[in-house]
Amino acid sequence: MAFIDYYQVLGIGKNASADDIKKVYRKLARKHHPDLNPNDKEANKKFQQLNEANEVLSDPEKRKKYDKYGKDWEQAEHFENAKQQSRGGNYRPYADGGQDSGFGDDDFSSFFHSMFGGQGASAGGKRQGKFRGQDYNAELKLNLKDAYTTQKQTLTVNGKNVRITIPAGVENGQVIKLKAYGSEGVNGGPAGDLFITFIIDNDTTLRRAGNDLYMNVDIDLYTAVLGGEITIETLSGKLKLKVSAGTQNATQVRLKGKGFPVYKTEGQFGDLYVVFNVKLPVNLTEKQKELFTQLAALK
Amino acid sequence: MKTSELIPVYHFCVTHKIELSFIDSLQQYGLVEITTVENQTYFKEAQLDEVEKFVRLYYDLDINLEGIEAIVHLLEKLREIQSRNKDLQNRLGLYENLKGDL
Repeated sequence: MAFIDYYQVLGIGKNASADDIKKVYRKLARKHHPDLNPNDKEANKKFQQLNEANEVLSDPEKRKKYDKYGKDWEQAEHFENAKQQSRGGNYRPYADGGQDSGFGDDDFSSFFHSMFGGQGASAGGKRQGKFRGQDYNAELKLNLKDAYTTQKQTLTVNGKNVRITIPAGVENGQVIKLKAYGSEGVNGGPAGDLFITFIIDNDTTLRRAGNDLYMNVDIDLYTAVLGGEITIETLSGKLKLKVSAGTQNATQVRLKGKGFPVYKTEGQFGDLYVVFNVKLPVNLTEKQKELFTQLAALK
Repeated sequence: MKTSELIPVYHFCVTHKIELSFIDSLQQYGLVEITTVENQTYFKEAQLDEVEKFVRLYYDLDINLEGIEAIVHLLEKLREIQSRNKDLQNRLGLYENLKGDL
């Protein structure tokens, strides 16, 4: 584990009293607690650091070890025991700090869990040490076409596979909560939740605003002037569209119910807005130029 | 309402090691709705997340009931603002993309 300066985390000096530590921790915990900072990853991270710092510095024994051994304080007990037992040369330093650290699984687990409070707290009538597990945050990327239909997806969060059904119409940035899919609670506290943020990647020529879709469609001058029929490609397939005679450039047509599905509302859709771009002909032949000149003379 | 959709107040307090009077206080502040069925008090399962949050705010963070009431109000406003902000960002993205096409 990388060294963390717990005094710096709490913003106190090394000579701070137990009372000071308690006051500062309470004040900062109120500021950064996940319940008071929804959807804030930075606040969550800071809160975890505060809990860890408080757990060590508010316990006189742990604080003593931490002050004495600094970044190696976790291995302190092991080093002390090993020094007493070694007979000139048999002692091997444990460079990796992971295996054979001198802490059994129980000790390591109790320290790790104690970062979230509970262990070593004084007994009494007050509710003790039940802490809700940490919330997890994950992002799930979909493209626009995926978000158009209801589908199932499996994602892996912290080594666990989670299968979810994503209703059609989910929006970019939308967050869903899966209750109790976060980390386990401490000392019987409730498990945290899993928050999934959807990132919708629009790789089409369509633009989305809520449940409405917008698209630009090129039409030639002749269709714009004389009217006609075009075929457009939408997320639900091809669509025939009538172009009225005399359609101006940037004319917008609304196709009701041809937009994006409304989230969790079966059969309801937004609208599709088609904006016509009238493309003027280029590279005219001599004959075409002649005809346009005649037309111009007629107006 | 079916009792399967209700959480017994007594059971909740025992599990979370809190005083019964705390739930009474939440009711007085309008933060939880209590139902009585055959002399047993319950609150709705749909409110479980919220009530657990109130327990954490009160017992873990030492926030009094007046503070919790204010926090509930502010968190609701925050949720609305975050939702509106997301909508506006998506709409802005639409117009910025359209501008790029012109």
